[in-house]
Amino acid sequence: MHMSDGLINAPVSLIFGGVAVVGMAVAMVGARRDLDDRTAPMAGLVAAFVFATQMLNFPILPGVSGHLLGGALAAILVGPWVGALCVGIVLAVQALVFADGGLTALGANITNMALIGVAAGFATALLLRPLATRGRAGLLAVCFIAAFVNTVVASAGFVLEFALGGDAAFSLGAVAGSVLGLHCLIGIGEGIITALTVGAVASARPDLVHLLRGTATPLELRDSPVTPKGSTA
Amino acid sequence: MTAGNRGLRLFFAGFAVVALVIAGALSYFADSDPDGLDTATLEGCEVVETDAGEELVGDCVARNAGDHHLSESPLADYAVGGDDRFTGVAGVLGVLATLVVAGGLFWLLRRRSPSSRE
Repeated sequence: MHMSDGLINAPVSLIFGGVAVVGMAVAMVGARRDLDDRTAPMAGLVAAFVFATQMLNFPILPGVSGHLLGGALAAILVGPWVGALCVGIVLAVQALVFADGGLTALGANITNMALIGVAAGFATALLLRPLATRGRAGLLAVCFIAAFVNTVVASAGFVLEFALGGDAAFSLGAVAGSVLGLHCLIGIGEGIITALTVGAVASARPDLVHLLRGTATPLELRDSPVTPKGSTA
Repeated sequence: MTAGNRGLRLFFAGFAVVALVIAGALSYFADSDPDGLDTATLEGCEVVETDAGEELVGDCVARNAGDHHLSESPLADYAVGGDDRFTGVAGVLGVLATLVVAGGLFWLLRRRSPSSRE
């Protein structure tokens, strides 16, 4: 969902460049609270994983593909602040090294995928957290829904930017319709990948899933009644 | 404590391997069709192959899009020097670059050990 340069005019690109800078700075402040010796390497790996998985375009319609945005995935695993930084760094590496996503459009792309998408995805996950902590099926369902919302709302960010700074010769309704419609389909793929990934991490290391913080450890500790009394294993 | 650390290291190593395999190998199976946003902005245009590369004919939002400023960079479009047989190499380099930048930033930002003990 990386827009090229030229789709949005210069003033609006500049505004969203500012939004992206402020957003990333705020995320950096918020991220400190969630980063420690364990979660910092985890977060680096989440960013690398999002980069890798964004390469895997999957078909959604004949002649149309989609790829993971990763906002909900990152936010569920490492929290919204760190998650926003993960996606922002991926987008910067893609634009600067792989010529994927325009340079003047980088601010708008970060706003859509790293700020709006992460916020929408994490808000959804937080709202449904009681379901996510109830069991595996609940967690997977919450991941799917949060990721779907993340994709569709992030694409609505593009529609907003196009409304503000796009070529007025084109019908906004038509552009909005196809962008949002296609991203509903992409959102299904995003939901599946996010549920699979978070599900795998939760099976191996539930303590590393940010959304489950405060629940995963006590649940593990309750296995201990099996241990004989007096044993300090 | 050490056993826990070893488990954590193993998990991190596994996670890194998964990312490297996705970028290095699975990326060859990615769908090369335009993604949702590109499809929407290409509506009304036809992509025509010319000697100078792809050109858009018709009336679509993407006609306003310019070439990427760095389209000549060595890893542009996830290829190596324009050769997309090396997509996997470009992908592995991208994973490593992301890991270094993100991991480095997060390591610097983290709360130091004493307060991070649970």
